[in-house]
Amino acid sequence: MEDPVLVVENLTIALPKEMDRAHAVENVSFELRGGRVLCIVGESGSGKSVTANAIMGLLPSTLTIASGSIRLRGRELLSLSGQDRRGIYGRIVSIIFQDPLSALNPLMTVGDQIIEVMDAHPEAAPQDRRGRVIELLTEVGLPDPKLMAEQYPFRLSGGQRQRVMIAMALALDPDVLIADEPTTALDVTTQAQILELIHRLQRRKRMAVMFITHDFGVVADIADHVIVMEKGHLVEQGPASEVLVRPRAPYTVRLLAAVPKMHDGTGRVGDPDAPVVLSIENLTKTYHASGSLFGKIREVRAVDDVSFTVRKGETVGVVGESGSGKSTLGRLVMKLIDSDSGRIVFDGEDVAPMPEAQFRSRRPHIQMVFQDPFASLNPRHTIGRILTVGPVGRGTPIGEARQRAMHLLDRVGLQPSAYERYPHEFSGGQRQRVGIARALMFDPHLLIADEAVSALDVSIQAQILELLDEIQRETRIAMVFITHDLRVASQICDQVAVMQSGRLVEFGSTADVLGNPGTPYTRSLVAAVPGAGRASN
Amino acid sequence: MTELPLPTYGTAPPRNRTLRRFLRHRLAVVGLAIIVILTVACIVGPWLLPYDQLYIDLRARFAPPMTGAHIFGTDPLGRDIAARLFMAGRVSLLVGFMAMVISTIVGTFVGVVAGYHGGRLGAVLMRIVDGFLSFPAIFLLLTLAAFVKPSPFMITVIIAVTSWMQVARVVEAEVRSLRERDFILAARMLGLSSSHIMFRELLPNVAGPIIVSATLTIANAILLEAYISFLGYGIQPPLPSWGNMLNGAQQYLATAPWLAIVPGVAITLAVTGFNFVGDGLRDALDARSDLS
Repeated sequence: MEDPVLVVENLTIALPKEMDRAHAVENVSFELRGGRVLCIVGESGSGKSVTANAIMGLLPSTLTIASGSIRLRGRELLSLSGQDRRGIYGRIVSIIFQDPLSALNPLMTVGDQIIEVMDAHPEAAPQDRRGRVIELLTEVGLPDPKLMAEQYPFRLSGGQRQRVMIAMALALDPDVLIADEPTTALDVTTQAQILELIHRLQRRKRMAVMFITHDFGVVADIADHVIVMEKGHLVEQGPASEVLVRPRAPYTVRLLAAVPKMHDGTGRVGDPDAPVVLSIENLTKTYHASGSLFGKIREVRAVDDVSFTVRKGETVGVVGESGSGKSTLGRLVMKLIDSDSGRIVFDGEDVAPMPEAQFRSRRPHIQMVFQDPFASLNPRHTIGRILTVGPVGRGTPIGEARQRAMHLLDRVGLQPSAYERYPHEFSGGQRQRVGIARALMFDPHLLIADEAVSALDVSIQAQILELLDEIQRETRIAMVFITHDLRVASQICDQVAVMQSGRLVEFGSTADVLGNPGTPYTRSLVAAVPGAGRASN
Repeated sequence: MTELPLPTYGTAPPRNRTLRRFLRHRLAVVGLAIIVILTVACIVGPWLLPYDQLYIDLRARFAPPMTGAHIFGTDPLGRDIAARLFMAGRVSLLVGFMAMVISTIVGTFVGVVAGYHGGRLGAVLMRIVDGFLSFPAIFLLLTLAAFVKPSPFMITVIIAVTSWMQVARVVEAEVRSLRERDFILAARMLGLSSSHIMFRELLPNVAGPIIVSATLTIANAILLEAYISFLGYGIQPPLPSWGNMLNGAQQYLATAPWLAIVPGVAITLAVTGFNFVGDGLRDALDARSDLS
C-alpha cells in the first residue's frame, strides 16, 4: 500500500464564543492515500466542509485552528509561511466547490481562468498554456473545447461549469483533489456524469480524492474509504464496503436508514374512484427571452401542452431535471404566474382565466410548501404571525386562528413556544415544518410541495416525508409533489409525471413508471439515481 | 416522531448584533455623540443663557467670543450669538428632520409600489423619479422659494420635494429583489392583498436601507436649508437659522470672523455627525460585515 499523501492528526478548530458549541471540528484524524477516494459524510453542521477548508487554508477569520497538524507529503502545512502555502494550493492540492457559478469569475472567459491558475504557478506550468487548456477541456469531456475556452461562464450549463471547475483544479496535475459537495447543485443525470468523470480521472492520474457529501448514494458509487462526522466529531471510519454494509456507530446506522431508496412498489395505490380535485388540460406557458438588440426573440416553452389529473387523497409526483418546467408547472397551478393556454380545472371549475381578484377567494383551497425553508418565511415576523396572517387577513378572529396555529404546531411536531419565536431561531427542518403548518391553516384541498425536502439533510428529509404522508392519510388531501429526486418520488407518490423540456413524457403509477420506464428519458433518469447505478456493474 | 428541542444556535437576536456592530464603528459613535450634544444644546441652551436671541445690546456690538457672558461673542447689533445659534439650531434641525420625514414617507411609498408592482406602473413611477432627479435641485429650490413665502414649513416642503427620489430608488431596488423571494410568493398563496404584502410583509424587510438613507437625507436637508437661507431665499430674519446667520456674517468676514465661524462649525458638525451615523448604520445593518 502507498504511503499516505495527506495526514490530518488531532485537528481541532475553535468556533467563536457565542456559537452553540466550542469547536467546529474536534480531534479529527485521518489519512488519505494516493489513488484512493475518501468520502467524508455527515449532515450540515457536522464540520465536513470546515475540515476541507482548513486543509486548503480557506477558513474564515472567525475560525481558528486550535491544535493538530495537517501534513501533505510529510510537510506540515500549518507552520508554513503564506508564500510557501500558496505554492502548494492549486498545484499539489486543489479544490472544487458546490456552486460552480459563484466559484467562477463571470467576467473572464473559461480559458483565461484556467490559464490564470497556471500563471500563478509558473514553475509547474507547461510552456504551451493555450494548448494545455484545450487538452484539459477535452479531458473533462466538454464538447468543442476550442470554442468552449472562449466562452464566459454564464453561457454554460451547471454541469458544464462544474466540468470547467474540474479542469481548473486539474490544470497542474495535483496529487490531492478535494471535492466539496461538487454534485449537490446538479441534476441526477448530470450528477452521475460528473461522478463518473471524477472517478475516471482519479483512476487514470492515480490522484487521491477527498470527496465531501451528505448523500450515501454517492458514497456507495465512488468511495474506497469512508469517514462519518457528527457535530464536529469523527464517529466512524473504515473501508466503504465495511461502513456501508456493517455500520458500527449508531449515528451511521441512523444516517443509512434515512437514505431514500428506490421503492418499486410503494404498495400505495390511489383510489381510482376518488373525486378529481385538480385536472390540468393542455396547459402551456412560453417565456420570451429577448435576444441581443437585433437578434431573434428566443422562445422557451417552459410548460408545453401538459395534462394530468390529481384525485382526492392521492399524491402525484412531478419529476424531471432542472429546466424541465416542473417548478413552473407548480406555480401555474398556484396561479402565481399566468398560463398562456389550457385549462386548470380545480374542484370542477376552470380557474385558468380567472382574474386575481376573483381567484383570491379560492386561494385558501390550494396551498404550497416551498423549497427553501430559509427564504419562504418572512424573517421579520414571528412564527405565530406567519401562521395566522392568512386566516386573519380573511376575517378569522385572531383567537380562533391562534388556536388553530397552536394545534398545527403540535401536529407538525413543534413546541407551543415556537409561536412567539422568529424563523432564524429554527433549523431548516423545523422551518419546513412551519411551512407545512402554514399551508394547512386553511384546510386546503390541494397541497403543492415544490422540492419541499430537497434542501434538507437526509435524516430530516425522512422525517418530513413521513409527516407529509401522515397528514395526507389523516386529511385525504390531494398532493402534487415536485422533486428532482426519484428516490423521494418513489417513496411518497401514487402516480408519477415525468417532464422533459416542458413536455410530459410519461404519466402513470409510480411502480409502472419507475419500475418499468417506457421512455429512454425516464430510463436515463432511473439509471442515474445515485447508489443504484454502479453497484450493479 | 423524534422529539425536537428548540435549537440553541444563533442565540443572540439580530437586533443585539446590529447594536454591537454599530458600537464597534468608532466614527458612528462619535457622530451620534455630536448629534445628541447639538440637539440637547439647541433644546436646553436658550433657557440656560442669560440673553434672549433678539435682545439687542448696542454697547456690546462685535464683542469677540468669551467676552463676559457672551461665550460666542455678539453680532453687529449686539445680540448674543450663542442664543441665536441655539435658536437657529432648533429651526435648522427641525427643518432637516421634518424634510427627512416627508421625503422618506413619499420615497418609501413610491419605491415600494413601483418595486412590488413593476411592469407599467413601476416604469411610470420610476420615470417620474428620474424626471425629478433630472432637475438641478438647487435651482429648483431657488425658483420655488422665489414664488412662495419662505416660512420654515414651506422650506421643509420644498426640500422634501427635491430629496425623496434617492429613498425611492433605494427602496425600489430592494423591494424588486425581495419580491421574488419565496416568502412573498407564500403571502400571495395565502391570498393576502397587495397592500398588505407591500406594507406589512415587504416594508419591515427594507427598514435597514430606509433608515440609512433617512439619516443621510437629514444631513443633506440641513445643508440645503443652510444653502438657500444663505442666499437669502430661505428662513427670513429676524428668525435665525444657521444659513441666514452665515449670510449676515459675510460682510464682516475680515473684522469679525467669529460671526461666520460659529454657525459654520455648527453646520459642519451636524452634517458630518449625521453622515457618520449613516455610515455606521449601513455597516451595522448589513449582516455580511460580520465576516470581515
